[in-house]
Amino acid sequence: MTQVVRSPKKFDVCVIGSGAGGGMAAKILTEGGLSVALLEAGGPLNPEKDYQMFVWPYDVPHRGVGVGGRAADNFGEFLAPNGAWQIAGEPYTSTAGSNFQWFRSRIVGGRTNHWGRIALRFAPVDFRSKTRDGLGEDWPISYDDLSPYYDKVESYIGVFGTRENVPSAPDGIFLPPPKPRCSELLVKKACEKLNVTCIPARLAILTKPLNGRPACHYCAQCGRGCTTASNFSSSQVLIPPAMATRKLSLITNAMAREILVGRDGQATGVSYIDKVTRTEKRISARAVVVAASACESARLLLNSKSALFPNGLANSSGQVGRNLTDSVGSDGEGYFPALEKMPPHNHDGTGGMHMYIPWWKFDRQNEFPRGYHIEIGGGREMPEAGMFDDLCKEVEGYGASLKATCRKRYGTTIGFAGRGEMITNPDTFCEIDPDTVDQWGIPVLRFHFKWSEYELRQARDMQETFQAIVEAGGGQYATKTQVHGAYPFGIQPGGKIIHEVGTARMGSDPRTSVLNGYCQAHDVKNVFVTDGAPLVTNPDKNPTLTIMALAWRASEFLLDEAKKGNIP
Amino acid sequence: MSGISRRDVLRNLAVGAAGGSVLKMIPAEAAELAHELIDKEKASSPGGRYTPKYFSGHQFETLSQLCAMIIPKDEVSGGAMEAGAPEFIDLLSSENEEFQGTLGGGMMWLDNLCTDRYERTFVDCTRTQQTEVLDLIAYKKNAQADPLLSQGVAFFAKLRAMTCDGFYTSKIGIEDLKYIGNTALAEFPGCPPLPE
Repeated sequence: MTQVVRSPKKFDVCVIGSGAGGGMAAKILTEGGLSVALLEAGGPLNPEKDYQMFVWPYDVPHRGVGVGGRAADNFGEFLAPNGAWQIAGEPYTSTAGSNFQWFRSRIVGGRTNHWGRIALRFAPVDFRSKTRDGLGEDWPISYDDLSPYYDKVESYIGVFGTRENVPSAPDGIFLPPPKPRCSELLVKKACEKLNVTCIPARLAILTKPLNGRPACHYCAQCGRGCTTASNFSSSQVLIPPAMATRKLSLITNAMAREILVGRDGQATGVSYIDKVTRTEKRISARAVVVAASACESARLLLNSKSALFPNGLANSSGQVGRNLTDSVGSDGEGYFPALEKMPPHNHDGTGGMHMYIPWWKFDRQNEFPRGYHIEIGGGREMPEAGMFDDLCKEVEGYGASLKATCRKRYGTTIGFAGRGEMITNPDTFCEIDPDTVDQWGIPVLRFHFKWSEYELRQARDMQETFQAIVEAGGGQYATKTQVHGAYPFGIQPGGKIIHEVGTARMGSDPRTSVLNGYCQAHDVKNVFVTDGAPLVTNPDKNPTLTIMALAWRASEFLLDEAKKGNIP
Repeated sequence: MSGISRRDVLRNLAVGAAGGSVLKMIPAEAAELAHELIDKEKASSPGGRYTPKYFSGHQFETLSQLCAMIIPKDEVSGGAMEAGAPEFIDLLSSENEEFQGTLGGGMMWLDNLCTDRYERTFVDCTRTQQTEVLDLIAYKKNAQADPLLSQGVAFFAKLRAMTCDGFYTSKIGIEDLKYIGNTALAEFPGCPPLPE
């Protein structure tokens, strides 16, 4: 490597990562008057070129499955860039039996370009679940601390939903919900028979114009990225206003290697690899906000070792990388003959479910702690590769009968995805792999992952519920799962739900936590972490909305501290 | 609700978005650009005179006949052949060793079976003979009864799935299913009344 290039300018803040947490920090900090260098490990984004809105499968030679059919494992070739389970030259490892899956997205906006847009608030009880059942840890902050920031985030990004007064799923500031699809009406009817709550979903998609962004045009392709920015992504909704302040320097293809520390134990900046020139560069900053995604942030802190911090930065508790969780995920599907009678119609809607089942058994003793929600999919969606895989296995054969069966059964399958809360356990964490570096010379992560009996029981309950709903709706439940083996009751491998959080958790006690309630490192007052890493628990509410609320709150705190002169 | 063209919508959106917008990009040209790129790609592989990228002439012919039998043309729509499924499968196979083994090897297995039974390869068999062998390998239960068929059953299951992929991602296949959508709407209409 050639000599290190130092930036002559000293920024107020260096933010690492341009996804939900980093984008929010960049917006709030620049609007508050601070100069920000925003490092992104991937390239720049050009929605008009990079987003595949309205492309038919037959418009491209690979019909949506990509070269060699391999994109099918990465949500298809139309997915907004550049997410993948494996990135060439940037490996991660997993101990035997762990099989952790890590989905990363190297591009401005990160995973917010293609995320599911499910935007659910954590409930008051989620912040003090240890008090309730003795497991894990309580948060150092309460729902009331975060609620004003949920309000701000929802008002700014736009979330549709309805006020329902469900204690496990607090109401927010909502745009009107879209009308339900036929499949969802059918599920709702079935749920009514079973006393299962089924309500309009809450997604970060505009059903009315908001803050200069037009309303949704209902093409169902949010995952491909939206050229009109009618759904939320950091790249289109947070970065542009930060840019408009002229206080933001966005540096792409910049892979953070280490947070630099001065003799006083405060961070002085960030060393990163410029991927284009393969040289090391340095940014000087008065504060550092780490938002590289929960595990990537843990990796950076652990790799930032110095004489003062031999176990990695902000890690005197030894908790960096620990307390890793993903959502419990188990899926199922049913065939609903009633849907065969539906005339052909436009079923697209927004790029996600319009109805969902929030956790409804919060008022009783269950065979597992905490809870889960159920997402609803299926119906007359745009045909894609793999759509008839299960049907082919079921009916076999070939010829006129196969074709007639596909025609008849198209649109009659409804899918269910259970997403539940995992409890932290000592066997699930990430650490630096002592033997492996990536192509930039940066030591990589090694994952340890284990589901406990709590999660397996939850997955069993999900499967039983899916079956009950399908049968109550006059359908036939089609999913068969194993009771034994590596993945009982259809539970997914760790990481597969892409809700990995907790690796630098916040807490009141510096001996058992990495950050305080403002996402500020206990050990290094000018280092903050604002992605999924600070989350103390991982309730069945997809984490992105909470990440943004926490990031907003942390950024306001940082602005305030800077004003008071508490940032070096 | 009315179906309006993508261009109309995007143009209107662009006008609305221009004043005080957080949008840096104007969406109007997005889809145009996508289709331009697509047309370029298509021009480099003229339809109808496809040159197989992986399978030999004989194997491509076998593949085509199998695809046509799996999803045949009928009074409603064309079949997997017309929908370009063999080209799709050949393209993916040229890039994926696993498919080369399963499908390429599978077709040789099929030819071996046909040669043993009828002293000719699959493509030279009569329609009755072809149907006879496919009836053997199209069902798992046959492999349970006769383990010698198990590789053929596995091959056919893979080919059937890929043929469906090729067919139902084509214009013909998508129209056959009467999918309606992939368009910009001002309002989402929701579920039409259920017929009695």
